[in-house]
Amino acid sequence: MNPIFSSGPSLQNKLAFGLILSVSLIIFDHKFNGFGTTRVYLNSLVSPLQYLANLPGELIDASLTRLSSHEQLLDENAQLTLQATLMSQELQRMTFLKEENSRLRRLLNSPAKQHTRKEVAELMAVDNNPYSHQILINKGALNGVYEGQAVLDENGIVGQIMQVSSTNSRVLLIADITHAIPVRVARNNLRLVVSGSGSLDELHIQHVSHSADLKEGDLLLSSGLGRVFPEGYPVAEITSIVRDETRPFAVVRAKPVAQLDRLKYLLLLWSEDDENSQISAEEEAP
Amino acid sequence: MQFRAYAIALSLLCALVLQIMPMPASVDLYRPEWVLLVLSYWTLALPHRVNIGIAFINGLILDILLGSSLGVHSLAMCVSIYVLAANYQRLRNYSVWQQAIVIGVTSAFYNLIVFWLQHMLTDVYFLITYMWPVVSSMVIWPWLFWLLRKLRRQLRLS
Repeated sequence: MNPIFSSGPSLQNKLAFGLILSVSLIIFDHKFNGFGTTRVYLNSLVSPLQYLANLPGELIDASLTRLSSHEQLLDENAQLTLQATLMSQELQRMTFLKEENSRLRRLLNSPAKQHTRKEVAELMAVDNNPYSHQILINKGALNGVYEGQAVLDENGIVGQIMQVSSTNSRVLLIADITHAIPVRVARNNLRLVVSGSGSLDELHIQHVSHSADLKEGDLLLSSGLGRVFPEGYPVAEITSIVRDETRPFAVVRAKPVAQLDRLKYLLLLWSEDDENSQISAEEEAP
Repeated sequence: MQFRAYAIALSLLCALVLQIMPMPASVDLYRPEWVLLVLSYWTLALPHRVNIGIAFINGLILDILLGSSLGVHSLAMCVSIYVLAANYQRLRNYSVWQQAIVIGVTSAFYNLIVFWLQHMLTDVYFLITYMWPVVSSMVIWPWLFWLLRKLRRQLRLS
């Protein structure tokens, strides 16, 4: 073990080997998407590290809940009771409207898609990779989560599932620069595509003609056209429109409705379609 | 005896955990490059035990943990650690503060390689705030150096 006369391959050879391996991994992973299922195992393999990293935060959370005062709890309780009362009133109206809507839909022979199964997931970790916006949630393949599934919070659409491992999965937020979602304007059903900007509180809308009927404050709902996101959930609100005629398109910016920087509980949706297709696939399999 | 055999691996594990630990967004910007720092120390102290191979593996684990394309961090880590491993005899003779500057430059180099690769794969654009880890890594280096040297001398690792 003499460091002056080192054995094994030289440093340069090791570097060359590492570089070649890395570059081929990048090409294989990114260009050909060659690690589809392997990544599930890789993610499951490193998930103990993620749980370990999460531990201090959870301990602080737990001790904070223990220390929260009686008064605080009473306040919160009163607030929630009020909210529940208001909600239940809305709900009564909602059931009536729902029935009416489905009756009308039946008359038109086009039943609205129902989302039968829902599940609440909790935020586990936020990636500190500054180049992409992803979060980790505590539901995985064991809970039936699949790639491309829509993820919502209480206000609107948050993103879609990007990678699944056995007990947790990774969500790509709508603010990520590689993400885009088809939407329509709630006011006039104009179809648009909203893409992420790389910053959490801004979204870009590209290829909007100068004459498009858009106003600041317009609410954008998911249109369901990409067959990834369910129809009719709020996505963003338009914040600014610059109609500079020297440019080919108007510059439109929007703000996500979901609070992407303070997520805690998330909702996963399984559409009826997928379940049916899964069941039929299972039936065909044997 | 057991601990002695796994000391380097355990220190790297701690670095990985620190690297992915959830933090408030305002603090997150200044998170030092823990894995790079710990790897740099072991490369300078024991270059025949820790060098490009270990760096590659740690980069790959970082790729999986951070959800980037496999190979991005491992490539950057290989190149940065190569620079240190090739010059370890000279760098050892520097004072801790001079080393901190060298580490700062290396971490800037590392960050730029990662950014450059990400830029080729997806079209992210550069924000100067991406370079805050360089400053925090430089500030943390003398203390980390002291801590890890203490660990190495206590356990007489070689």
